[in-house]
Amino acid sequence: MAEAAERTRAVRGRSRPPGGSRTSNTAPRPFGALAWALPPIALLALFFLYPLALVVQQSFRPDSGGTSLRPYADVLASGAFRHALWTTVWLALASTAGCLLLGFLLALVIAFVPFPGAKGVARFIDVYLSFPSFLITLALLFLYGSTGIVGSFQFLTTPWGVLLAEVTYFTPFVMRPLLAAFSQLDTAQLEAACSLGARAPRIVRQVILPEALPALAAGGSLVLVLCLNEFGIVLFTGAKGVTTLPMLVYGKAILESDYPGACVVAVVNVLISVGLYALYRVVSRRAGA
Amino acid sequence: MGIRLDSVTVAYDGNVDTLALDSLDLTVEPGEVMALLGPSGSGKTTALRAVAGFVRPVSGRVLLGGRDVTDLPPYRRGIGMVVQSYALFPHLRVDENVAFGLRARKTARSEIRQRVAEALEMTGMAAYARRHPRELSGGQQQRVAIARALAIRPDVLLLDEPLSALDARLRSGMLAELARLHRELPDVSMLYVTHDQVEALTLADRIAVMDKARLQSCGTPRELYRSPADAFTASFVGGANLVPVTVGTGGVSFAGAELKVGTNGVAAGARATLCVRPHLVGLGQGPNQLAGVVREIQWRGATHRLYVEVDGHTVMADVRELKAPPVHGDPVTLHFMPDDAVLLPAEVSHG
Ligand SMILES: Nc1ncnc2c1ncn2[C@@H]1O[C@H](COP(=O)(O)OP(=O)(O)O)[C@@H](O)[C@H]1O
Ligand SMILES: [Mg+2]
Repeated sequence: MAEAAERTRAVRGRSRPPGGSRTSNTAPRPFGALAWALPPIALLALFFLYPLALVVQQSFRPDSGGTSLRPYADVLASGAFRHALWTTVWLALASTAGCLLLGFLLALVIAFVPFPGAKGVARFIDVYLSFPSFLITLALLFLYGSTGIVGSFQFLTTPWGVLLAEVTYFTPFVMRPLLAAFSQLDTAQLEAACSLGARAPRIVRQVILPEALPALAAGGSLVLVLCLNEFGIVLFTGAKGVTTLPMLVYGKAILESDYPGACVVAVVNVLISVGLYALYRVVSRRAGA
Repeated sequence: MGIRLDSVTVAYDGNVDTLALDSLDLTVEPGEVMALLGPSGSGKTTALRAVAGFVRPVSGRVLLGGRDVTDLPPYRRGIGMVVQSYALFPHLRVDENVAFGLRARKTARSEIRQRVAEALEMTGMAAYARRHPRELSGGQQQRVAIARALAIRPDVLLLDEPLSALDARLRSGMLAELARLHRELPDVSMLYVTHDQVEALTLADRIAVMDKARLQSCGTPRELYRSPADAFTASFVGGANLVPVTVGTGGVSFAGAELKVGTNGVAAGARATLCVRPHLVGLGQGPNQLAGVVREIQWRGATHRLYVEVDGHTVMADVRELKAPPVHGDPVTLHFMPDDAVLLPAEVSHG
């Protein structure tokens, strides 16, 4: 164990003064590395992969017994599933687009328009990220709900209501990496552009935006995945007409006790999340991020 | 187009106790190269940014070609600017960088192409047009930055320590390039910020010396070097021996020795500072002799620099390489010609 402790210190590499004389100690030894990698991998498998495997397994076990693709055939053939699939994807894509647009504009203002309290706003964003998602939805209900302050707009129970709530809640997730990226931006570049005759819109388009692309990609892909799997917001808007995949899982598992069906939807949801996320990363990398 | 700063005062963050620029008066004639020389933090960059429009003076006016531009935003001033960090747009190719200002000004497409080629040609970067900035060396990037600033054909070019990020050899090459550019563009006024007196002496028609947010003195390199008006200018431009003396009639007394120098009508008995350039101090017998002890000796190839202690003051002498240099602790005699000394008002001097 003492040797292992020695190794962690060597890996962190801070507690030892730099110098070439003892580098042979810090060279990775396959056996030691494996010993250290095993516990986290075991934990990961126990708490994450094992339940996931159970879900996948269950999705091939129709109530009629045996192992077959029947649950898949049933679910994929149902109109409710296809509708939920479509709703989930377009809501997630639209929410992500909305968050990117709104987040970019707000982050621009906070970072580049000097106004008193800009620092405070930036700090509030950090706090906002820790709020539970249903809180925003609840707040929107108070504002726009059937007994709301602003008045009873029916749109909260439509997909547009969900879209509004998701954009409201997830926009700070985009602003956070953007603000970090903006603070890294070389102000000399902005000034050079300005003295060359460029006004704000051109500077945003040609100097700031290209530099912000990696941050937009990071924030956007995070929000996309979060939106695909969002449950609380959809539940709280009380949107009866809005059924997304997570809602469908909930409905099938809890309300209909159709566990194989629920597992099928869950598997599809996971696949779509991972797939869209991968696609997004590829596209954003192509875009020069 | 000339530049005029009319008692421009700048305070950052409304902090009027520590001014970044204290009522600066400065005129750059059309086609003139003015160097703004001073130590770090003396307000040079601030002065430049006031001309470019990035800081608003709390008082005073900025004039370009006789027109008051104090309230004009930077993008309407038509000024070329080059900074130490190059500030190239990393995602744009070299030619796109150079075209940026022309696009912003909605120049016709065919003319953009021609002017980009012209600017790259002028800075010797034509062969690199399709590269990205990260694929260029520091010196090449600075050439592109200069090309980008020149492409909009500004009447005024501001340069903020443009060579500071380059190594010494490249710097002297670029200095010659800048001098050539100025000859090719005789109508462009240049304000050249530097903390390096060699750059200022080499390039500038006139030098403005700044210290602690104030203009100390302004004049041609020769004036500032030969007859500086104050101790700060004397030591910052070219380096100088500054020793406290008492003025007599037809000379001064220092360390018990009577030295013959022009007193320019300074009243006898007054305290003053004597300024002599190290390379004008000779070793051995001669007029205006000073006796001292060698405290340090540095061999600099073509010259030896001696640090000689004379009555508690250190006097530097740069002499032609010595065959048998004195060693530490040797008593030596120094001398200088009466014409080579300048008498400055008494001041607490720091070397
Ligand atoms: N953006 C800023 N905010 C506050 N103080 C500044 C800023 N820029 C410069 N200063 C201060 O103004 C003074 C002059 O700075 P500067 O003009 O950059 O000097 P130089 O270019 O001669 O080194 C310094 O004391 C510096 O600390
Ligand atoms: Mg500076």
